[in-house]
Amino acid sequence: MDNTVTGSRPPERSRRQPWADRLFSIAAHGAAWLTLALMAGIMVSLTISAMPAIREYGLSFLWRSEWDPVQEKFGGLVMIYGTLATSFIALLIAVPVSFGIALFLTELSPHWLRRPLGTAVELLAAVPSIVYGMWGLLVFGPILATYIQQPAQAVFGGVPVLGALVSGAPVGIGILSAGIILAIMVIPFIASVMRDVFETTPALLKESAYGLGSTTWEVVSKVVLPFTKTGVIGAIMLGLGRALGETMAVTFVIGNFNQLDSLSLFAAANSITSAIANEFAEASPGLHQASLMYLGLVLFFITFVVLALSKVLLARLQRNEGSRA
Amino acid sequence: MSLSVTDIDEGRLRMHQRRKRVNVIALTLSLGAMGFGMFWLAWILFETARLGIGGIALSVFTEMTPPPQADSGGLANAIAGSLVMVGLATLLGTPIGILCGIYLAEYGKKTRLGYVTGFVNDILLSAPSIVIGLFIYALIVAQVRSFSAAAGVLALSLIVIPVVIRTTENMLSLIPNALREAAYALGTPKWKVIYSVTLKAARAGVMTGILLALARIAGETAPLLFTALSNQFWTLSLGEPMASLPVTIYKYALSPYENWKDLAWAGVFLITLGVLALNIVARVLFRNKT
Repeated sequence: MDNTVTGSRPPERSRRQPWADRLFSIAAHGAAWLTLALMAGIMVSLTISAMPAIREYGLSFLWRSEWDPVQEKFGGLVMIYGTLATSFIALLIAVPVSFGIALFLTELSPHWLRRPLGTAVELLAAVPSIVYGMWGLLVFGPILATYIQQPAQAVFGGVPVLGALVSGAPVGIGILSAGIILAIMVIPFIASVMRDVFETTPALLKESAYGLGSTTWEVVSKVVLPFTKTGVIGAIMLGLGRALGETMAVTFVIGNFNQLDSLSLFAAANSITSAIANEFAEASPGLHQASLMYLGLVLFFITFVVLALSKVLLARLQRNEGSRA
Repeated sequence: MSLSVTDIDEGRLRMHQRRKRVNVIALTLSLGAMGFGMFWLAWILFETARLGIGGIALSVFTEMTPPPQADSGGLANAIAGSLVMVGLATLLGTPIGILCGIYLAEYGKKTRLGYVTGFVNDILLSAPSIVIGLFIYALIVAQVRSFSAAAGVLALSLIVIPVVIRTTENMLSLIPNALREAAYALGTPKWKVIYSVTLKAARAGVMTGILLALARIAGETAPLLFTALSNQFWTLSLGEPMASLPVTIYKYALSPYENWKDLAWAGVFLITLGVLALNIVARVLFRNKT
């Protein structure tokens, strides 16, 4: 407060409060800097720990496919491919389904049902990933192998490309299982963000379209979707970020096999996260550990870019909303 | 003349019917998507309950994790380890998270530091948790040369912080400015306005954030794998490796032994129950207070 005011107060009190004020402000600022330091610390410490591998392989680490801890030869291609392929399959399934769910929750569902269903979707997002992983390994995998892979093998067995896609022992692990489990995991994330995004459409716009005689689908596809385009993409990117960085759900079902010798969607493979989860605790502190750190750094970099993009897109939607409202 | 009018009418009718058809198809697909999503939820929860409840017995809470193919055994040390680590991580992460949330909502609005911190926090919020584990490994475990529960606590607290920051900021931003101005007008210093007016008004929301953070770390496995590792025995010492429910489940579920698999299902059931309960309590708390 001003000096003129402090003159009329008891002196000890006026001295104590600016002091407390400053301390509180310093603590709050310190916490903000700590968050920034955390981010910087993660990047720096991963880079330092990965240095032996970076020095040894440079960027060629990204496209070398051999991973041989015994002979100390490392390349990340198999894991990077596994991470990208599983996330791609996951988005392929999750995006249309999430869109449908968000559409249902915002336009179609009776009002009394919106809240419970929305909560159910959010709860699904809160279930720990280890639950999905264990369910995928012990319940879903065997079913996938028996009822999808084996019939597919019977049909496509002789066909050149399709046959290769479904080849392999029917044990229910591999890229496809991991992709499907990931899809089930990210559907609630994407759906709940998409629902929030759809709800930013001004009621006036939607009512005008309905008033002109539009059907529900026309309102969604020609009013809501164009209005929320950036937000929808942001929601998808958020889901992608989750899928790329997911560990447990993938580790259980991907098979942890470090070679890329088959096109099959049902062959055991590996992803960045599951390679780290499986090997890191037992890796010898040297090139092996450094290579796993390098993989972690690559993963952090990819998710950083994806999440930053999603944040920018979602923020742009919010700005638009402000200017048009 | 009249002929052309009916022609137009027929054309309109056809178009109308086509639009209606497209609409029905789209909405049916949407309904299908909703059903599809709910189907997996129901299936996963059903299997977890079916296979988990069978394994729940008093021994799960009183006995230590057993060797393979033993007749008895429980998860007592894993449950205790999880409670200790999750509790300490929340105690450690919450004050930092709340302070940073206060900064974002009360000090850093429209400043560059505030914008950057908010941005970085959103990225940390969804950063792969296994990378957090690697970070703590490099920072602590590799330096001390031993796995320890303390490292696990630190890793988990790094996951708590961004969750608490995000909810605290959101909740404080909901408090109307008039409330702050009224307090300032009475001559209250800023720290007191924040501490006893805005933070108090946003209490329920901040509590919700803490509960959600608790729920989030209760199921986290990846950051514990090479920080706290695991332990077959009972320990409450932070300097030693400590068992936790998720890591034990991970180890047991992938093993070929039946007794371990049964315990893993029991553990998964407990975790799912706990996490869902925390989420529901957080929601109810938030709804009642606002």
